[in-house]
Amino acid sequence: MNFETTIGLEVHVELKTKTKMFSPSPVAYGAEPNMNTNVIDFGFPGVLPTVNREAYRLGIMVALALNAEVATETHFDRKNYFYPDNPKAYQITQFEQPLARNGWIEIEVGGKKKKIGIEEMHVEEDAGKNTHGDAGYSYVDLNRQGTPLIEIVSKPDIASPEEAYAYLEKLRQTIQFTGASDVKMEEGSMRVDTNISIRPIGADKLGTKTELKNLNSFNYVRQGLDYEEKRQAEVLLSGGQIRQETRRFDETSGETILMRVKEGSDDYRYFPEPDIPPFDISPEWIEEIGAKIPEMPDKRRARYVGELGIPEYDANLLTDTKEMSDFFEATLAAGADPKLASNWLMGEVNAFMNAHKLELQQTKLTPANLATMIKLIQDGTISSKIAKKVFQETIQKGTEPEAWVKEKGLVQESDPTVLTPLITAILDDNEQSIVDFHNGKDRAVGFLVGQIMKQTHGKANPKVVNTILMAELNKR
Amino acid sequence: MISKDQVAHVAKLARLSFSEAELEQFTHQLDQIIAMENELAEVPTDGVTPTTQVSDERNVFRADVPVTGGPTRDQLLQNVPESKDGLIKVPTIIDKGEADA
Repeated sequence: MNFETTIGLEVHVELKTKTKMFSPSPVAYGAEPNMNTNVIDFGFPGVLPTVNREAYRLGIMVALALNAEVATETHFDRKNYFYPDNPKAYQITQFEQPLARNGWIEIEVGGKKKKIGIEEMHVEEDAGKNTHGDAGYSYVDLNRQGTPLIEIVSKPDIASPEEAYAYLEKLRQTIQFTGASDVKMEEGSMRVDTNISIRPIGADKLGTKTELKNLNSFNYVRQGLDYEEKRQAEVLLSGGQIRQETRRFDETSGETILMRVKEGSDDYRYFPEPDIPPFDISPEWIEEIGAKIPEMPDKRRARYVGELGIPEYDANLLTDTKEMSDFFEATLAAGADPKLASNWLMGEVNAFMNAHKLELQQTKLTPANLATMIKLIQDGTISSKIAKKVFQETIQKGTEPEAWVKEKGLVQESDPTVLTPLITAILDDNEQSIVDFHNGKDRAVGFLVGQIMKQTHGKANPKVVNTILMAELNKR
Repeated sequence: MISKDQVAHVAKLARLSFSEAELEQFTHQLDQIIAMENELAEVPTDGVTPTTQVSDERNVFRADVPVTGGPTRDQLLQNVPESKDGLIKVPTIIDKGEADA
């Protein structure tokens, strides 16, 4: 029997605001425990939540970037549950009327394009963080309590772990470009829950689904779903039944492990939040927000490939983050050749970022300096060897390349009237090399070039040197 | 009509523990409350939008500007049963999957 797979993804994304969703406490990653809290976050009696307008604005921006229909009227609901990470015993969320519905993004897997639907997305608050200690106690930090989140729920359109991976990557990239969130799995600003079911091909009814939790990277999502797809097929083929259960992905074994079996549906007893008035979202506001959405990665990629002749693979890397893409475009605006700019960004700049664990914007490199350096290489002012030195100087210290090259005397020597006498003198001193050359020993040329470079402290233009040297050698 | 099982279920969700006598008593009391609400349900409400809140306000937003200077962490922690190193100390509760954001 062959099966088809149905995957659903619920993605939580932290919105990049200065304050919390319903309280004016600051939002900051890595603060001392419970320092970014107030009476509202602690859920003291009689406190009133107030809605952060910026969280709504960012939420609408994400909704528009994901091609969703923004609701014209929204309100909040209470989701009731008892757990120490949320002292008021309910989460304020949007249940009945989410911020937006019916979005989609386009993914590409194995050269095939496919639209993946987004059922709905809603704004809500994050919970605090529990640390489980020993001796039967846990420790609660409410700094994260109340951080604005947007939850994005996919339609059951995802049919393979590969598609799930592509969907997540596309979602991350799209949201990253809006600037609404950092979308970093490693810092928890993007979190993924997933469910998966299989059914015999052509069956009307979806199979029983299992949920997967604790997925810390897109790769683990893919691996966990892969494992689960096979496990479910084995269970069904051996005559067993899938139970509705929650499993976690074990990173060391690559397997999924049962956490708990679900009994009955969740009982959160939702009801409208009485402390927060409803919101009308005006078409004018939506339009205003939409006008500020930057050009999305897909469009940029198409432009890079179509208009600039950048290879598809490089164009993908250049549009991985908005910062990289913006930097690339600013470098072109400063007059750099697109292919050279792309090569430098993909090569040396990326290598530097990885080696020093820095984001592009944390380095001292500017688009203007990169463009200048590329120009210096192109017009022969500096050799590619010297360029590496110039690059390190400008990316580490922000030094302007042209002035620095002049000041340090790194300008390449390309003048034949200077190089010719130098080369003939070296040939006079190395007669054996000339004999070797005529006997077909290529090493001789390398040796002579090395001598010239040594004398010029690496500043001789290798191309010019080569031309003159070959001409002189053939004369002798 | 509400059953004793339903009352026990709601009590469990609310982490409350009742004796058999209490369950009987609350079931009876809740039954009366629900009976009254059923009477209210006879009012024709076709075409009436559900009331989600009772103040007449709409569109009340707050600017995204941090406000500090309220009670300090130590003051806030005076209202928790136990704390340690700035953290709230609570008995460990096994994750029943109800803590999903």
